[in-house]
Amino acid sequence: MLYAILVFLPIITSAIAGIFQKWLGARPSELLTTVGLFVSLGLSIYAFYDVALLGHAQIVPLWTWISSGDLTVDWSVRVDTLTAVMLVVVTGVSALVHLYSIGYMHDDPDRPRFFSYLSLFTFAMLMLVTANNFVQVFFGWEGVGLASYLLIGFWYKKPSANAAALKAFVVNRVGDFGFMLGMFAIFWVFGTLDFDAIFKAAPAFAGKTFEFAGQQVDILTTICLLLFVGAMGKSAQIGLHTWLPDAMEGPTPVSALIHAATMVTAGVFLVCRASPLFELAPNALAFVTFIGATTAFFAASVGLFQNDIKRVIAYSTCSQLGYMFVAAGVSAYGAAMFHLFTHAFFKALLFLSAGAVIVAMHHEQDMRKMGGLRKQLPFTYWMMLIGNLALTGVGIPMLGVGAAGFYSKDAIINSAYLAGTPMGHYAFWLTLIAAGMTSFYSWRQFLMTFHGRYRGLDHHEWDHHHDPHHHAPALEEVHEPARTMLVPLGVLAVGALIAGAAFVHFFIGDAVFWRGAVALAFGHHAEGEHEIPVLIEFAPLILTIVGFGIAYYFYIMRPELPAQLAARKGLLYTFLYRKWYFDELYDFLFVRPAKWLGRVLWKLGDGRIIDGLGPDGVAARILDATRGAVKLQSGYVYHYAFAMLIGVVGLATWFMMGWR
Amino acid sequence: MNHLLSIIIFLPLVGILAILATRSNETVRATTARWVALGVTLVDAALTIYMWSRFDGSSSAFQFVEQAEWFGAGTGITYHMGVDGISMLFVVLTGLLMPFTILASWESVKTRVPEYMIAFLALETLMMGVFTALDLFLFYIFFEGGLIPMFLIIGIWGGKRRVYASFKFFLYTLLGSLFMLLAMLWIYFTAGTTDIPTIINTVHFPVQAQYFLWFAFFASFAVKMPMWPVHTWLPDAHVEAPTAGSVILAAILLKMGGYGFLRFSLPMFATASEALAPFVFTLSVVAIIYTSFVALAQEDVKKLIAYSSVAHMGFVTMGIFTLTQQGVEGGVFQMLSHGVVSGALFLCVGVIYDRMHTRDIAAYGGLVNRMPFYAVVFMVFALANIGLPGTSGFIGEFLTMVGVFHVQTWVAIFAATGVILSAAYMLYLYWRVIFGELVKPSLQAIKDLSLREAAILVPLVIATLVMGVYPKFIFDITGPSVAHLIKQHHTAVAYDRGTLPSSVRVAQSGTERAP
Repeated sequence: MLYAILVFLPIITSAIAGIFQKWLGARPSELLTTVGLFVSLGLSIYAFYDVALLGHAQIVPLWTWISSGDLTVDWSVRVDTLTAVMLVVVTGVSALVHLYSIGYMHDDPDRPRFFSYLSLFTFAMLMLVTANNFVQVFFGWEGVGLASYLLIGFWYKKPSANAAALKAFVVNRVGDFGFMLGMFAIFWVFGTLDFDAIFKAAPAFAGKTFEFAGQQVDILTTICLLLFVGAMGKSAQIGLHTWLPDAMEGPTPVSALIHAATMVTAGVFLVCRASPLFELAPNALAFVTFIGATTAFFAASVGLFQNDIKRVIAYSTCSQLGYMFVAAGVSAYGAAMFHLFTHAFFKALLFLSAGAVIVAMHHEQDMRKMGGLRKQLPFTYWMMLIGNLALTGVGIPMLGVGAAGFYSKDAIINSAYLAGTPMGHYAFWLTLIAAGMTSFYSWRQFLMTFHGRYRGLDHHEWDHHHDPHHHAPALEEVHEPARTMLVPLGVLAVGALIAGAAFVHFFIGDAVFWRGAVALAFGHHAEGEHEIPVLIEFAPLILTIVGFGIAYYFYIMRPELPAQLAARKGLLYTFLYRKWYFDELYDFLFVRPAKWLGRVLWKLGDGRIIDGLGPDGVAARILDATRGAVKLQSGYVYHYAFAMLIGVVGLATWFMMGWR
Repeated sequence: MNHLLSIIIFLPLVGILAILATRSNETVRATTARWVALGVTLVDAALTIYMWSRFDGSSSAFQFVEQAEWFGAGTGITYHMGVDGISMLFVVLTGLLMPFTILASWESVKTRVPEYMIAFLALETLMMGVFTALDLFLFYIFFEGGLIPMFLIIGIWGGKRRVYASFKFFLYTLLGSLFMLLAMLWIYFTAGTTDIPTIINTVHFPVQAQYFLWFAFFASFAVKMPMWPVHTWLPDAHVEAPTAGSVILAAILLKMGGYGFLRFSLPMFATASEALAPFVFTLSVVAIIYTSFVALAQEDVKKLIAYSSVAHMGFVTMGIFTLTQQGVEGGVFQMLSHGVVSGALFLCVGVIYDRMHTRDIAAYGGLVNRMPFYAVVFMVFALANIGLPGTSGFIGEFLTMVGVFHVQTWVAIFAATGVILSAAYMLYLYWRVIFGELVKPSLQAIKDLSLREAAILVPLVIATLVMGVYPKFIFDITGPSVAHLIKQHHTAVAYDRGTLPSSVRVAQSGTERAP
């Protein structure tokens, strides 16, 4: 019952705020949804205590959703350790983002709609993590997709926002295509879509094959790969990542909640939830590792030279999700969930800090127009610093002291190393290099924003691209935003500092904590630090320091260098700045051909061929002959109708009776 | 109430008589016609709900059966009506949607109002008759008769190219039906009866003949669905039809094809149905992908939704011919869901058409600025059309694909691409019509939903969501009948193969003539 309230409270407050927005007004909508979320957060903390720590996992069935023949799908609330972790992350970040948004959205006339969407999102996300079968996961999955679509396009007057929203939904649907086929395959093989029944039956199918297109294909590998395609879409992995950077068109609290801390991690959650299946499909796991490592590297490389403060963090998110998949791919599900957990704190912190900077800069997001804001925004400065320390994983390996990312990210890099497989090595090197790049782009962003000289009022050659309404303020006008925005930052900062140290022993290698909620086949690797050579253990830290050093050199010691570099438009720079040309490629491969094909099928297929050969020729003749008749008789419609009905009946009767 | 079904079906005719009996000036006759039509359809809607409440969902037998002599004993033709779990909900759907269509025409139809209302009431009787007739002859009369009022509705109250569209519609459907009529005559001369349950349970057609019969019926049903490549009448008919005509066309008339497959093709021509399932799958998948791409390129709101209807009907035919419980039940559900959703989408288009008198997507843009309530309602139906879980649109698509995955994995893979494409064309439409700045001068004074329009659309929003979250109340009705249909089909196939034990055959035929 408590858990049902936890899940359904947000949709109730969302509906009230949405439907009665005219009568309620802005402030009551804000309070209602925010208080509702804090209640859910309280219940989530209780759930974490009761389920994860005391071990009282439970499944609360609600009612039957779909039942057709031997297919039965129920609505239910399943709370095990995996769910409990997600509950705390989702309601925690969501509650803080609600609170933050009261300040951030203060001047927006559509606040009730905004808060309604936020709570709708939270509900869908809660349905996703509490599902007891794949179909309910899919409900939440599409629900968060919808909320994301609505919130990216929240400022619906901007064409760019609408385009980004549409892109996000459609690209996610490409992933969902895989997810759906995965579900069909699961039902075909197992005859059910409920988690426990599937996981229990799965070992019997290990290594079994079925024939498809003349090939023998491994059943479980196929299922896992299909599910993973869904995860790639939602978690913006390489190939299906293109929507995430564009999603930054949405208000910044949305970026923090949906496109950093919660929704985009749903893919990681799905893989962990289905870990008993993935464990039986080593080839699928290798693919997960490959995609994760490649994404971690790719996204970090693109993040190196972005100038929009939010886009840097967006690519960083994409890259960090790659890390989580690497962990899952080498069967370190505990490490994957741990990084998901810590990442939620520090990435939400970074986004919300960036939001504070953006508000202070009168909605200027170009870092080339910032600089030297440390004095003006001392609190935000410290928050961003803590976020960066956590993201870049600063800590001392031998002592085991460090910020959140230090524990979780190093655990992933070590797990990849210890996996010992060729794919594990690939992942190890790529995530290690990506760690260096993470450090560079993070500190570059930090230094460009807070240190150096204020560049807001400079004349810039790229200005003519810019919205004429946007003017960076004078430095004196820049000051800290409202307190409702700063409190959530403080809370998240505490999490970003200590969440790693406080929870590392639960998440990694602790079978009692997980109680079978994720497969722990290789869990011992992650904690077996003694097996790791010292150099490997220090490698991430060394690369982090190198990354910082380069950023410091370019942006503090020789600040004129980056502009010169950009002006030269070197091949590698352009390639990275244009994001590996994915958008251009997809436009060429998919978007334009689809539009072209639509026109051709319509004009040529339907128009010339089907109609031209079929009805048009015939109809044209008949039309000539009967045009007069219609004119004559349409004045007496009912006579006409009656006569025709009688005519048809009479004719048929005559046929049947006469021939008997 | 022994004659409940007949009362439900023929009540609208009483309304027609009442309208005809009114003798007064133009304005009074128009007002009377409106109120009479609304009253009659509302009473009829209430009666269908009463029928639903009295329907025994656990039974797969025909219920509310009425049988009476018609052409005299020995002809084998009787007035035989009844509903089972498959057809009952279509009667309810028809009954519940009719008042909405009358209301939707309240202000937009200004010419020949009495005739217009008469056409709709006649259409209601004929449509309900199609779903309840248990006699081939009766079925044919209702099935073909429905053409006439629809032809008139498009041809008289339609748009600019209404004559072209109405004739295209008429020609297509009539030509298809001629083959069906010939097949029915053949059945009558072979079997000596036109009684549908009798034919299903006792008559077995030679396999060779089944193929001819199957194609003859297919010609008619495929046009009605419509299936690719005989779909091109639909976009024209929708575009030219008045709003209420489009609603009925999309919501009810298209379902007659699917219903026909279930009632005739699967049980009567079982072996042919099984053998030709791949043929149907091919056409269905082509329809899903082809028409989705065409929808993407449309510049006319109604045409876009019309093409999306063809794609959605592709899921129905695909599901029906899987001959699995999930596939067939999913097909039935998809038809009911599409009835609500596409009907509602056309009503939504009607709302803005009434204001601006154009269907050009380019003529709109930024409506959310002045019509926020409309934007929400339209969004719900757009999402249902996309098949978002939680709306009715998801259930049918999901089940039909679950069903077909068992039978033909490739088909499921191709059909699932429809999930991507529907999101693309529907949200692209929504963006162009609803979002953006409101810059066009013609739209500056556009008004949000009136009370009457809200009263039409809000119940449909609720229906869409309830069917998406708790579809069990529909499966409870359709489940046993679909299971029974599949059993009938398999028994018939086994009979044709000569693998059926004789004891089973007797037992099968013994149970069917239940009242």
